[in-house]
Amino acid sequence: MIRMQNVHKSFGDNRVLRGIDLHIAKGSSMVIIGGSGTGKSVALKSVLGLIKPDSGTILVDGKPADSGDRDAFLARFGMLFQGGALFDSLPVWQNVAFRLLRGTLKRPVDEAREIAIEKLRRVGLKADVADLLPAELSGGMQKRVGLARAIAAEPEIIFFDEPTTGLDPIMAGVINDLIREIVVEMGATAMTITHDMSSVRAIADNVAMLHDGVIQWTGPVADMDASGDPYLDQFIHGRAEGPIEAVR
Amino acid sequence: MNPINFLGRLGRTVLTALAALGRLSLFAFSTFTHMLRPPFYPREFFSSLLNIGWLSLPVVGLTAVFTGGALALQIYSGGARFNAESVVPQIVAIGIVRELGPVLVGLMIAARVTSSIAAEIATMKVTEQIDALVTLSTHPMKYLVAPRVAAALITVPLLVAVGDIIGIAGGYVVATENLGFNAAAYIKNTVDFLELNDVVSSLVKGCAFGGIAATMGCYYGMQSGRGAQGVGAATKSSVEAAAILILAANFVLTGMFFSL
Ligand SMILES: Nc1ncnc2c1ncn2[C@@H]1O[C@H](COP(=O)(O)OP(=O)(O)OP(=O)(O)O)[C@@H](O)[C@H]1O
Ligand SMILES: [Mg+2]
Repeated sequence: MIRMQNVHKSFGDNRVLRGIDLHIAKGSSMVIIGGSGTGKSVALKSVLGLIKPDSGTILVDGKPADSGDRDAFLARFGMLFQGGALFDSLPVWQNVAFRLLRGTLKRPVDEAREIAIEKLRRVGLKADVADLLPAELSGGMQKRVGLARAIAAEPEIIFFDEPTTGLDPIMAGVINDLIREIVVEMGATAMTITHDMSSVRAIADNVAMLHDGVIQWTGPVADMDASGDPYLDQFIHGRAEGPIEAVR
Repeated sequence: MNPINFLGRLGRTVLTALAALGRLSLFAFSTFTHMLRPPFYPREFFSSLLNIGWLSLPVVGLTAVFTGGALALQIYSGGARFNAESVVPQIVAIGIVRELGPVLVGLMIAARVTSSIAAEIATMKVTEQIDALVTLSTHPMKYLVAPRVAAALITVPLLVAVGDIIGIAGGYVVATENLGFNAAAYIKNTVDFLELNDVVSSLVKGCAFGGIAATMGCYYGMQSGRGAQGVGAATKSSVEAAAILILAANFVLTGMFFSL
């Protein structure tokens, strides 16, 4: 469903993506792992067209991502940003229901609010946060509101940039289950970035490891432990010694 | 300095300035087209009306009243040197309506509105809120920029009108309380003296300055670099650019209206 072919992106002298090849099948859950600063977030944003790659092609359903009706294209996606990216001038429920309050997916206000509260509940937040402003929430709560916003309009393709970072272990478990549920029950296609190996095992069908601007290893999650790839082994066991230098 | 180097540097500066002007013009044009085409965001528009118009009234009123008062004092004491003290009402009226009203309101709006728009949009950019808007199928030009610029185009001329009236009132109070002018005569002189063209020029300037102030805030906000430093730089540049463009536009518009 999503195919990245030889995607390159540099910021000045900083060559971040140096030929990414990746395929995510429809209805599957891909998890991207890799060191901090290797370009995982940049890769996600390139698919959405928020960052324009220098070269290479990105196909969604066989069509180039940057062609055709952009509104219709984006309406299929939900995205959780690494920093939450909540609109700080709007109360929580309006953040979650943003898409449902305007544009092509517009619903009556009451209905939109109800959906927002239901989505908040699914990410483990009570209805009474709905009328708070994002700045009044803790970091982990903001992250979960971002997650609720990403899934509010029930998109076909969902990108999660570090959904469990900053959450307690129980809440992380709840979110892992939620992501799994969205993929299995709603048939969505998910692409998740995470540093948390227990999340990887909980939500991935396939795993891809990004290192030095390319996909170092990719395969089904079951093969991850027996890959024989020294980079992947070092990463999943969190060893300081190995082919990946600690100072990057 | 080597003259070739100097020329090279001059050339580069000119080219950079022209490129910036080009980008700015494109931005202004795109803002304009987004203002005319749906979807529209009325809620954003009304909150901008409130922020830019209503909440600027105190600042505008205070600026105008003090300036009008000071102007009356200046003209009275300056005029006394050639026995022309009696022209205070006329000069205050002309000075405020044609020049000081629009310019001071424009500059206060640049200080108050341009800076806050730039800081707000730049912060949104830096915290990925603009990216989030895009992924939620909402065009930042339509949702953030068009409502603010439209609100400024409408409210700033009204603020200028209010500023003109309060400025003249400031002159009136000083002239009648301190300088011994007759109240009824002062008002009659002011009203008789002002022409329609004076008032129209005032409002047109207000409209232009409002457009400049809001557009600069949005432009520099959207161009912001990363981090807190990026936000600071965007805010500073936006106010600088707005103030200079307002003064330049004032010169051009004054020329168009009054040098036939
Ligand atoms: N807009 C940008 N302008 C300039 N450089 C950027 C930009 N976005 C990302 N980078 C650079 O690209 C590199 C990769 O960034 P990215 O955010 O994708 O890392 P990441 O893999 O998501 O890391 P983390 O796990 O820490 O989130 C970094 O070196 C970063 O400095
Ligand atoms: Mg990241």
